[in-house]
Amino acid sequence: MDILITGILLGGTYALIAMGLNLQYGVARIMNLANGEILVAGGYFAFIAYTSTQLSPILTIFLVAPLAFALNWLIYRVMLQPLVNRAKNRGQLETDSILATFGLSFIGVGLMLSFFGGDYFSYSFMAVPVELLGSTYGANRVLSFVMAVLMCGALYVWLNWSRAGLSIRAIATAPASARLVGIDVKHLSALAFALGGAVTAVGGALISTYLTLDASTGVVFTLKALIIVIMGGVGDVRGTIVAALLLGILETVVASLLDPGLTLAAAYVMFLGILLFRPQGLFGKKPT
Amino acid sequence: MATPVLSLRGVTKRFGGLVAVNAMDFDVAEREVVGLLGPNGSGKSTTLNLVSGALPLTAGDISLWGNRISGLPAQTINRKGVSRTFQLVRLLPSMNVRENVVAGAVFGHRRRWGHEAHDHADQLLEKVGLGGKGDMALGQLTYIDTKRVELARTLASDPKVLLLDEWLAGLNPTELQIGITLIKSLRDEGRTIILVEHVMDAIRSLCDRCVVMAAGTKIAEGTPSQVLSDKEVIRAYLGDDDA
Amino acid sequence: MSLTGTDIRNLFLAALALTICALLPLGDNGYWLGLGVTIAMFTALATSWALFSGPTHYISLATAAFFGVGTYVTGLGIDNLPFWSLVGLAGLIGAILAALVGLATLRLSGVYFVIFTLGLAELVRQVITWVQNNTGQKGLYVLTDLDEAGIYWWLLGLCAIVFLAGWLIGRSRLGFALRIIGDDETVAAHSGINTARAKVLLFMVPGAVAAMTGAILAPRYVYIEPSLAFAPILSFQVVIMALLGGASRLWGPLVGVIPFTFLLEAVSSNFPNQTTLVIGVAFLVIVYLLPGGFVGLLNKIMHRINTRERF
Repeated sequence: MDILITGILLGGTYALIAMGLNLQYGVARIMNLANGEILVAGGYFAFIAYTSTQLSPILTIFLVAPLAFALNWLIYRVMLQPLVNRAKNRGQLETDSILATFGLSFIGVGLMLSFFGGDYFSYSFMAVPVELLGSTYGANRVLSFVMAVLMCGALYVWLNWSRAGLSIRAIATAPASARLVGIDVKHLSALAFALGGAVTAVGGALISTYLTLDASTGVVFTLKALIIVIMGGVGDVRGTIVAALLLGILETVVASLLDPGLTLAAAYVMFLGILLFRPQGLFGKKPT
Repeated sequence: MATPVLSLRGVTKRFGGLVAVNAMDFDVAEREVVGLLGPNGSGKSTTLNLVSGALPLTAGDISLWGNRISGLPAQTINRKGVSRTFQLVRLLPSMNVRENVVAGAVFGHRRRWGHEAHDHADQLLEKVGLGGKGDMALGQLTYIDTKRVELARTLASDPKVLLLDEWLAGLNPTELQIGITLIKSLRDEGRTIILVEHVMDAIRSLCDRCVVMAAGTKIAEGTPSQVLSDKEVIRAYLGDDDA
Repeated sequence: MSLTGTDIRNLFLAALALTICALLPLGDNGYWLGLGVTIAMFTALATSWALFSGPTHYISLATAAFFGVGTYVTGLGIDNLPFWSLVGLAGLIGAILAALVGLATLRLSGVYFVIFTLGLAELVRQVITWVQNNTGQKGLYVLTDLDEAGIYWWLLGLCAIVFLAGWLIGRSRLGFALRIIGDDETVAAHSGINTARAKVLLFMVPGAVAAMTGAILAPRYVYIEPSLAFAPILSFQVVIMALLGGASRLWGPLVGVIPFTFLLEAVSSNFPNQTTLVIGVAFLVIVYLLPGGFVGLLNKIMHRINTRERF
């Protein structure tokens, strides 16, 4: 039972991170492989803010979000928009954006290594036990989960009920048709990419309250987010959440019953199953 | 009619809630040229895509000489002797004209390789009116020439059944005459041809028989003059007011 | 199969170049030979990588996984089997592994393939570490009498095989099928090509070569442990070198391997902490400045010269 709850707590933050990637891939059509570095950067920010000024990570995220938004908006406008413009087809954009974001990812790791060094960083924030259904959990985990749920909920509401959210979903479904009904695809793609980055960075700040990170762990989170997005279905909020919770639970089960060193392997097995049996995602319709 | 070369029975294709092709039945006899007509969006190209294996069927059966081909992947259907052109011309941009034709000769129904494929491609280029242009890059071709290259590629594996998806669309009047003559020569060689077409001149002079579709369903079948004077066909094309 | 005059001339030149390269250990046994080993290793890896990824545009990051498996084949078998048979065995295992990965992912779009191969090395590393932890084994010692020159000759031989294989594939139906698939997969399928099978078959080549490279290099490490054998950075280096040179020609990757090896060598000896930064910048250079690699650049220049002559 406590494995299940720990898994769900972890899955909540995963959902937030994957939601960020999903916005970037589903709307802006950029498979952002530097996503994990944005996450780690968010974590660093929270770490520095907390250790130097005792600023609570819960408040830090209100600083992290606009900064990450601006940074990602710039990255999209300066580096990725030209790739979108020059691509002759979807496949070429895919290849180009994969290579470009790999570049960004390595540069991100390189910069963080030179500024902060290669050490693990962690800090003790709200590391007090909380009792839930008869077992105890770290208060930081519970708080992160609550924040993640709040933000996922806000995103969901915004995507489903606001005008901009509707336009963004239209682009995710049919970019060419969205243009025809007067949606500014370029502008909104940049917006979605920036928003996705902000969401991911906030996820990073939250996750840093209870996980140990270092400059080069980003890729692991990128991989997990990718697996969640593919499993949940591109552009599918509900699928992303379910997939994230499943991954969180599976990882916790494997880590506590088998070996903590095998979590990625477990995620992979799940990924393989999806590739073989449901490549269109958990709730996706079969492509015709 | 003897065993038809190609026969469709209850062929249906659904995209989500939309029924694009609804219970189509028709046969094509050997050496016959059948025109598949209908207004835009009536499901002609989808039907062709189902025959060539580009799309899987939702229901129904397609058979080639009595053997079921529906459900097989496109490459297997091609190897059995069904070859097609595309509505929007699809050529291989990194290759020259000859290689584009050779591409159709190596893996399909009748296979050739090396010098044999090379010579065969040159003969086909000659036949479609591109003699001597084998070494040209695709960028140097006119629109009708790109269509000729695609046709030559389609012919390169000696297919028994040719599927031409609006092959004559977008040609100017002179080119159209050349195109019609070219397809006529294919018919005279004894090939079985299904063509999706809008150009009425071409339909009248080429087709032995026509199948007319509207909203995914077959609404008429017969000789070109029969179907073109059919009340329901006129209504499908022009709407109720003009009927 | 018939050979034209140019073919024979090219084969002769290639053999000559190979012979000259093979003389390197006689001249120097230290720094330059070490560099020669690195270049030969990356040439085999990048050239075989481009054989698959050049025509299909699928970016494979599985090199490190196959390489690591190869080193483990040598590590586990060196006490019982002769070295040459281990290299062959590694090739076989690499090819089978590649076929399995290919069967799972190559039916789908390129993104799935990239993601799957991205974590493959990490996956295998985790599993091997776990097995080692559970069996109480830590690392493996590879002790042979194979010296640096021997390793170099082995790698050179492998390079020769890779180039020969690439040349033969380029002339074969399989190579032609892959070019068609790379241009337009729909046309390929409608021309009778079993696209999935062709892709899987060709993906087995870099899988086998990377595993063989790992097997040959294992004696150089002496002591093998998972984090060393499955270093993911190797996959990225190979991608950069191949694309920097240009994956559209057989000799393209070689043109990328040599300068990039020197660059990495210079950076890692002068600014050891900046290698990731250099790799990142290299990716951006490829995407924004050299989309076709040096080969593409050369083609552009040739084209410009030709058109200038015409007018």
